[in-house]
Amino acid sequence: MTASLVVFFALAGLAVIGAVSLILQKHPIHSALSLIVVMVALAGLYLLLGAEFVAAVQIIVYGGAIMVLFVFVIMLLNAGVEEHTNISRLAGPPGLLLVVALAGFITATIVRTTAGVQGSSQTGAMASTSGISNMLFRDFVYPFELTSFLILVAVMGATVLAQREKP
Amino acid sequence: MVPTNYYIILSAILFGLGVFAFVFKRNIITIFMSIELMLNAVNLAFVAFSQALGKLDGQVFVLFVIVVAAAEAAVGLGIIILIARNRQTLNVERVDLMKL
Repeated sequence: MTASLVVFFALAGLAVIGAVSLILQKHPIHSALSLIVVMVALAGLYLLLGAEFVAAVQIIVYGGAIMVLFVFVIMLLNAGVEEHTNISRLAGPPGLLLVVALAGFITATIVRTTAGVQGSSQTGAMASTSGISNMLFRDFVYPFELTSFLILVAVMGATVLAQREKP
Repeated sequence: MVPTNYYIILSAILFGLGVFAFVFKRNIITIFMSIELMLNAVNLAFVAFSQALGKLDGQVFVLFVIVVAAAEAAVGLGIIILIARNRQTLNVERVDLMKL
């Protein structure tokens, strides 16, 4: 068992525990904090995969900006403990079985079709970030500009949706 | 060196948990968070394949997914604020305006 395998299992366990905790917690603020644990664990996995720029963006944008937005809205709306009806509580066990089947099916399909992908050459640490910037601003420059437009539209939409209409 | 299959299995597990939270939870904010969990699971698969194939396309795609998730969070939370203001509840079972 090598060191990277130990780190992988620690981070993977942390991510799965966070995801299960997201489901089990009754209060939305606890679910949000569990989701932050998942995101930080995934950032560690990205570092392990040699994608340090994606790891930094994951922490800054996901763990920082998006989750702050979530926590802010939870505080703003004063969200309380969620309530379950009897029927929705009954749906848990069969739903869990179906989810296990779904995860198994996805895993089996991908593993079967990608058996030959293993063990390719690894990109270096520095080549990763500069390579991403090269691709982003050369090959993917039109999608990149389109995403800036998307962000603009989203900001305008959120402002229009959340403003209080004038009396 | 961790095999790529391990990452794919973890990604599938996280995606499944996201689907379960999406259909099981009753709070609209938690449902929205489970969508973010599913997006994160897909991002992990992207980065794992990017490393396995030795190409950076997957990592660029992850950046686009994060941008789309940010835009989605902004608009979605605006809609949630609107629902909470108009119906005074965050329980999705109480939001049944279009039910017969």
